[in-house]
Amino acid sequence: MNEKDIITLIKTQFASAKLEWVEAPSGDNYLVVPSEALRDVVKYIKETEALYFDYLVNLSAFDATEHIEVTYHFYSYTHRHKLVLKVKAVRLNGEVPTITDLYGTANFQEREVFDLLGVRFASHPNLARILLPPDFKGHPLLKDYQEEAQYNGIETTRASLL
Amino acid sequence: MTESNQPEKVFKTEEMVLNMGPQHPSTHGVLRFELTTDGEVMTKAVPDIGYLHRGIEKLAETVGYVGFMPYTDRIDYVSAMTANQGYAMAVEKLAGIEVTRRAELLRCTASELNRISSHLVGVGSFGLDMGASTPFVHALRERETINDLLESLCGARLTYNYVRIGGVSHDLPTGFIDKAMVFLNHFEPIVGELNRLLSDNKIFIERLANIGVISKEDAINYGLVGPNLRGSGVKFDVRRDEPYSVYPELDFNIPVGLGKAGTLGDCFDRYYVRVEEMRESAKIVRQCLLKLKDLPEGDIMGKVPRKIKPPKGEVLVKVESSRGEMAYWIVSDGSDNPLRLHCRTGSFTSMGIIEKLSRGMMIADLVALIGSFDIVAPEVDR
Amino acid sequence: MQPFIDQIISECEILQGLPLWFSYLIFQLIFCGIIFVFVAVFAMLAGYAERRVAGRIQSRIGPNRVGPQGILQSLADGIKVFLKEDIIPTHADHILFRLAPYFIFIGMFLSFVAIPFSSQWVIADLDIGIFYLLAVESLVVIGIVMSGWASNNKWSLLGGMRSAAQIVSYEVPVALTILLVVMYSGTMSIQGIIMAQGAAPWNWNIFQTPFLFVAFFPLFMGSLAEGNRMPFDMPEAESELVSGYNTEYSGFRFVIFFFAEFSNLYLIGALATVLFFGGWQAGPLPDFVNGLLGIETPLSAAIVKNLVELCVFMFKSLCLVFIVIQLRWTLPRVRVDQLMNICWKYLVPVAFFNLVVMGIWMVVVPEYVTDIVALCMTACGVLLLGYFFYRVAWQLKNTKARLRFNPLS
Repeated sequence: MNEKDIITLIKTQFASAKLEWVEAPSGDNYLVVPSEALRDVVKYIKETEALYFDYLVNLSAFDATEHIEVTYHFYSYTHRHKLVLKVKAVRLNGEVPTITDLYGTANFQEREVFDLLGVRFASHPNLARILLPPDFKGHPLLKDYQEEAQYNGIETTRASLL
Repeated sequence: MTESNQPEKVFKTEEMVLNMGPQHPSTHGVLRFELTTDGEVMTKAVPDIGYLHRGIEKLAETVGYVGFMPYTDRIDYVSAMTANQGYAMAVEKLAGIEVTRRAELLRCTASELNRISSHLVGVGSFGLDMGASTPFVHALRERETINDLLESLCGARLTYNYVRIGGVSHDLPTGFIDKAMVFLNHFEPIVGELNRLLSDNKIFIERLANIGVISKEDAINYGLVGPNLRGSGVKFDVRRDEPYSVYPELDFNIPVGLGKAGTLGDCFDRYYVRVEEMRESAKIVRQCLLKLKDLPEGDIMGKVPRKIKPPKGEVLVKVESSRGEMAYWIVSDGSDNPLRLHCRTGSFTSMGIIEKLSRGMMIADLVALIGSFDIVAPEVDR
Repeated sequence: MQPFIDQIISECEILQGLPLWFSYLIFQLIFCGIIFVFVAVFAMLAGYAERRVAGRIQSRIGPNRVGPQGILQSLADGIKVFLKEDIIPTHADHILFRLAPYFIFIGMFLSFVAIPFSSQWVIADLDIGIFYLLAVESLVVIGIVMSGWASNNKWSLLGGMRSAAQIVSYEVPVALTILLVVMYSGTMSIQGIIMAQGAAPWNWNIFQTPFLFVAFFPLFMGSLAEGNRMPFDMPEAESELVSGYNTEYSGFRFVIFFFAEFSNLYLIGALATVLFFGGWQAGPLPDFVNGLLGIETPLSAAIVKNLVELCVFMFKSLCLVFIVIQLRWTLPRVRVDQLMNICWKYLVPVAFFNLVVMGIWMVVVPEYVTDIVALCMTACGVLLLGYFFYRVAWQLKNTKARLRFNPLS
């Protein structure tokens, strides 16, 4: 199924939700989903036979300065087609529903996004830091992240030796 | 096992919490597992990752598109060539850079040689995990030759930085094709010998059969990729199903797990897929070399602007690395540096399924499970 | 030992002046010292040999820097280890931690008291020698469990526990097999068992009946397991338990573990040789050598005889040791539950079945049939060995394996 058909199918199913299809001039096109509709959309595209997106390729996010764009890349092994979903989360502890129960792989990837960008995934089973130590402060992939001067009493900067 | 089965427990046994790693011989680098065990049997093993987190994704936002290439070597040092290639492909797609055919063939040759060497490490160290130390040394002996070959190609033995955005850094050195052919003629029978030494060993098979069985559905749901996914019987390979580079014109098979030793998707299947893949890679390298021989001398770099400034947009490019599908997601805001670069690696996703599988396993089985995923710790943490 | 000492005393006039018990004491002490040195030297050389063999198997060279062909490598390692700090973990059980290595070493060393080297050279030929051997080897388990427990390290504890379970279990098939040999030989004395056999292969226990042949395997596998050798080296499985019960040991204490492990290597070979391969029986060889050298005096003749027998015994044992080393470097490790399965589901029933059927055989089958069977079995054994070497040659030819291959040179 090509991109257009997939989008039409989703849009007719979720007519009431504010879905926004963005056709980028270069790179991948994506569908922006409001965070309250995300779970329904994901559940729909996973369970509908015509779509059957069984594989979550990538779950990541970036800091677009006014909000954080959590991006989901789906792929279907059966139909060999793909889809990009985006959820705009509020910066600093913005909440996005979890999809861990739908995709096992989302568990670690959501934790990573939380760890590095501070997006909270509501009702995630174990939303703890994963790559950074548990006592780390801040979320380093935010654009305005300032490194602390000290970490556990260790200086994080040093004078240039030159 | 459960409490309900034994209403009156005469002997109270306590569960023991064991700390496996970060320094442990079988965690393949710096990984940590928190094991809750009842004697030798585990109730669960919780992976604790991040000991090798170097903030490569944060670095990408400051060093520029060209400057990030050496860092991709460090994402997966065992299979740096494919990591290079994936990143280069992502930037090329984003910036619309064409790659010459010669460069594509060179990339393909180097990647497949690197895949063989990576699988040799995977297979060998898996043997080491199972207590057979000899196959490891034999595998590394073959890998040395590949390292020599790649060194003559690009000057580095481990972190190649060979693939450049728009092409590759060096053309073939004189005599490379002949040398590589000699190696392939030598290597192809060696796979059979490795099989005789390790894969056909009764003890080895008994250790792996029916251990860590992952069904097709679970493998897909937990995002296993590459040999781990194919070990569960899913015939999917990015090289064939979403072809890139020169792979469409090459003839190779996709080995999948067949449940040869026990159940489909057990540790042995995942292991054996790798062994078979080495043969297929050797086949690919052979074809590439023959194509390169026929190809007249030509440019190895496409037309690359002096300053790479991709237009605004984002792209996700998948590449079949030795550890499976490696996805580079690059978001560009039109400036010199990417706004965000994310690298979804095979080892990272396979860590997620370990807790689920570990229930009721023995400690020795966990070692087999980690080994069968062929995890490379820096790839987990990036 | 006594006849040999008597012979020396009768030859030597100075000793005749001393009280008999004093001479005995002196000589026994000397021989004990010799055994001690033997154990130490053997452990060193076995460590070296193991590394060289491993090097060969793994297509590399192995230690070759210290001394000619690296033969002093173990000595250099020993010196290095002696200079290491002796670390005892703060939370370890200090007394047990210090005590454990000695238990292991004493258990191992006491076994050498009953192991013969030739017809006269044995520290003590006990009437219940084989029984004593079984009993004393169990001391090792105590040492291992002790070290595992006292280290206050969960991995060490797991190693110790595995080891206890493993050694105690594998003692059953080993004991049953030894019982079978004792039954067949009619004696528990180790020298008696050897003397019940002969120098020629068809007089060895292993080729006497099919059951004795089969019985060799439970014994060999059992002693591998008791010696924590691959493929049964559960207690020190480095990829699972880091290093097992000796993880926390360093310096001299670690050397003792190392010594015990390698002297146990010799015990595995010696025990199998004693029970199945005719021990030191050399037949007419000592007389032949004496004739060749033209030796007349009874003491010199006795020494030469014993030396020849020693060589025969050593040759057989070291062949088995070589096999053990080869096994270690070719096989993967079994899992701990598989290990128990092999013991209780296969080895114990096989050993028990052998014992019963062998008893019936001894009562029912007349002697001349046994002789014919022994000859046939020897022939089969030789054929098997020939087939083995043929296979090796075939494999070498087929793979065209070259030891050093570099396509780029």
